[in-house]
Amino acid sequence: MSELTLTVMRLGFLAVLWLFVIVAVQVIRSDLFGTRVTQRGSRRDAGRQQQPARQQATPPQQRAQQGGGRQRRNAPTKLVVSEGTLTGTTVALQGQTITLGRAHDSTIVLDDDYASSRHARIYPDRDGQWIVEDLGSTNGTYLDRSRLTTPTPIPLGAPIRIGKTVIELRK
Amino acid sequence: MSSTSPTNHTSTIGAIGAPSRRNTELALLVFAVAIPVFAYANVGLAINDSVPAGLLAYGLGLGLLAGVAHLVVRKFAPYADPLLLPLAVLLNGLGLVCIWRLDQSKLLQSLPTFVTAAPRQLLYTAMGIALFAVVLAFMKDHRVLQRYTYISMFAALVLLLLPLVPGLGANIYGAKIWIRVPGLGSLQPGEFAKIVLAVFFAGYLMVKRDALALASRRFMGLYLPRGRDLGPILVVWFISILILVFETDLGTSLLFFGMFVIMLYVATERTSWIVFGLLMSAVGAVGVASFEPHVQQRVQAWLDPMKEYTLSQQGVGGHSEQAQQALWAFGSGGTLGSGWGQGHSDLIRFAANSDFILATFGEELGLAGIMAILLLYGLIVERGVRTALAARDPFGKLLAVGLSGAFGLQIFVVAGGVMGLIPLTGMTMPFLAYGGSSVLANWALIGILIRISDTARRPAPAPAANPDAEMTQVVRPS
Repeated sequence: MSELTLTVMRLGFLAVLWLFVIVAVQVIRSDLFGTRVTQRGSRRDAGRQQQPARQQATPPQQRAQQGGGRQRRNAPTKLVVSEGTLTGTTVALQGQTITLGRAHDSTIVLDDDYASSRHARIYPDRDGQWIVEDLGSTNGTYLDRSRLTTPTPIPLGAPIRIGKTVIELRK
Repeated sequence: MSSTSPTNHTSTIGAIGAPSRRNTELALLVFAVAIPVFAYANVGLAINDSVPAGLLAYGLGLGLLAGVAHLVVRKFAPYADPLLLPLAVLLNGLGLVCIWRLDQSKLLQSLPTFVTAAPRQLLYTAMGIALFAVVLAFMKDHRVLQRYTYISMFAALVLLLLPLVPGLGANIYGAKIWIRVPGLGSLQPGEFAKIVLAVFFAGYLMVKRDALALASRRFMGLYLPRGRDLGPILVVWFISILILVFETDLGTSLLFFGMFVIMLYVATERTSWIVFGLLMSAVGAVGVASFEPHVQQRVQAWLDPMKEYTLSQQGVGGHSEQAQQALWAFGSGGTLGSGWGQGHSDLIRFAANSDFILATFGEELGLAGIMAILLLYGLIVERGVRTALAARDPFGKLLAVGLSGAFGLQIFVVAGGVMGLIPLTGMTMPFLAYGGSSVLANWALIGILIRISDTARRPAPAPAANPDAEMTQVVRPS
């Protein structure tokens, strides 16, 4: 056998051996299981190639500020619980959906017998306007004095009442 | 505004059940069979200038064994880890190639003790895979082993003591770790004791771990256990010292004690056990080395292999040139090795295909190859520990940790011995080295790990409906 062939085989074997190790490590990587987080809107936005797509590309923090700042001067930056057992709790508004309810996976877990497990959610629409939507709760969600029937934009400082808890959006 | 807008910023978080991954395993297995076949052809081309005649038979044989193992896993452990089986098959296949390559050596053929080892190793592999299949087929749940906790203890002690029984035990090259079975050849019961002991330790520690972990005083940042809780570790230590004294085998003794310390640490989360373990093994090893001549000689060969080599060349009895030769083999291999079949590791003579097989790999595949092989072992250990993390029952956790810990320790002890990091021991590299007991025991070990990982990764039954949903009170308009 020529020297060249043997050298090629020698190096080729080492390459193949290492390739196996690398493939095995890749299998481990794809084998990590647990929870998967999927951004649901991203694909649709990418297809649209418009203004929302650009928003999606920027990090969430900037996005919330941009979206609000361009549309309205008085964009809320935080959600504050003003009444109820969670009084004083604040949640920074960064473009994410906030869910409220007694379910353990809610953003704000309400310890309140009069709240449903998935009671309401608060989310920004495409223009950065924050919307509150009742999720079919037993006792309803109230904005100021009126019971919500449709997703409704939230004015700054308006009290949203869920059971014994009152929250509002502030700058 | 539009109805699609809410979804823009919504992410879903969902649990992903572990998929079965059997097809991944199959693909990796094909790869794992192809690599040894490549190596086999390479050895033939390098030594005899022709593709070896047995290539097809050999490839089919290994492929068939791997296929059978895969089907058994598919049938009896569908959710098992996809990596354990291909890794074991690859290591076993590489070992077969290396043993076949050493069989071709003219120098080894001229030795009086020469036997063609490769066909026998293939037979042992077949037996090993059969044992693997039996473990998976008959052990539906690893927790049945828990019932045999104390029986395992006696079985392990018997296995460890067998080599000392006169007429049954055989003193081969200074270490008394073999038994001769008429008609079957010699057997190394220590390899099987490793598994049986892991079962005993797991069952014992599962019951006692709270007492061992909680009843302790804090002293200088360490949790010191109570005197009476030191009992078990002292007993195990004493037994491993006895093994060292009577069987003159450092490897088994270290493996036995090390496995207990690892499992004790995992069961109790107390670093103090590791400190105690290291101190006790140091005291024990130094103490025994001070009066046991066989151990002393191994230590001498470790401290000054060149002197041993010279003495052995001068014909002084009781010295071995192997340790130095193994180092030379590694050195002459360099970074990329000499290539399959082109090294001279057969100069190590006897035990070149068992205790010193790693030296052949080191010479012919070089540092790059040895690193890959050690990584393959590392991946097996990693998958074992990962299985332990995923296992839901404490017995399975401890057993998986114990088995993979013992596997890892054995690799450290053997590789460290051959490379001159620690004194040489009489243990063999799992799957690579020639030897029936080792191959059988390690296939059984992989079988148990696969069984535990199947149980651990099997999707859990769906949780009960959320009880919160019905408790919401309704506001009564007054």
